[in-house]
Amino acid sequence: MEKLIIAGREFDSRLFLGTGKFNSNELMEQAILASGTEMVTVAMKRIELDNKEDDMLKHIRHPHIQLLPNTSGVRDAEEAVFAAQMAREAFGTNWLKLEIHPDPRYLLPDSVETLKATEKLVKMGFVVLPYCQADPVLCRQLEEAGAATVMPLAAPIGTNKGLQTKDFIRIIIEQAGVPVVVDAGIGAPSHAAEAMEMGASACLVNTAIAVAGNPVEMATAFKEAVIAGRRAYEAGLGSVGNTLEASASSPLTAFLNN
Amino acid sequence: MKIYVNNKEHEVAEHIHVDALAAQLELPGQGVALAVNNKMIPRTEWNATEIPAEAHVVIIKAACGG
Repeated sequence: MEKLIIAGREFDSRLFLGTGKFNSNELMEQAILASGTEMVTVAMKRIELDNKEDDMLKHIRHPHIQLLPNTSGVRDAEEAVFAAQMAREAFGTNWLKLEIHPDPRYLLPDSVETLKATEKLVKMGFVVLPYCQADPVLCRQLEEAGAATVMPLAAPIGTNKGLQTKDFIRIIIEQAGVPVVVDAGIGAPSHAAEAMEMGASACLVNTAIAVAGNPVEMATAFKEAVIAGRRAYEAGLGSVGNTLEASASSPLTAFLNN
Repeated sequence: MKIYVNNKEHEVAEHIHVDALAAQLELPGQGVALAVNNKMIPRTEWNATEIPAEAHVVIIKAACGG
């Protein structure tokens, strides 16, 4: 399998993991390790001075894992720039999952503010991976602004609805000069496999693994699905026929009558 | 003097610097970031940065999220 390269860094795994919604930090760590991922997201929150809870960072800091801080909670480009600076300081990385979703009901990304923030953050030296609408025009603009990847949504965050934006993601993949990471809405390994078969560079999965009956097994299932999908893409899928008529794959010589 | 740390009122010494506040709050040596009045202050500048009265200090750390 080809390696994934983002901003000059090579990745063997094409599965990125989110860290939300796990029942415990221990379970999250086991799922991360089972998934084989090398890219893991982390959010930020205000510290509670009188609550010395477990530090989640120690569960995700492994030598092979690139931390990907997100800007969840910001409502516009200005807040995103502030959050990015805080993230770089706290986590010691200039990699950033830029996400600006002002509406808490649907959590859909604000395209105007996302583009504005990408332009600023790239100039400030950040490696910007923007979570964005599955909008081929926007994705080109983000790429021109210097985004390291584009991360179009398959469906709204946490819905597990799969590739609702499939046709648009196809166009984005066809046009993109940077890796296309399908983010949000992937609810089953088959969704991830399909995205990879279409030529997506990677998938970012969180809810589908975290809320599974057995998150560690599900992390493994996603790992295998992403590998299978990518292998199929690189192998070159056969074309889909335009007719309902069959095309024999066995010789039709009637040997029983001979 | 009075300042606000993550929206909670705190009494601190006049002319306190960020490093002294961090020590007072027992902040960990890594994994946190701090801003004074919406300006992020790098750890390397904590000892040179004085906190004004009524300042809003924000301190963040890692949280689970996708």
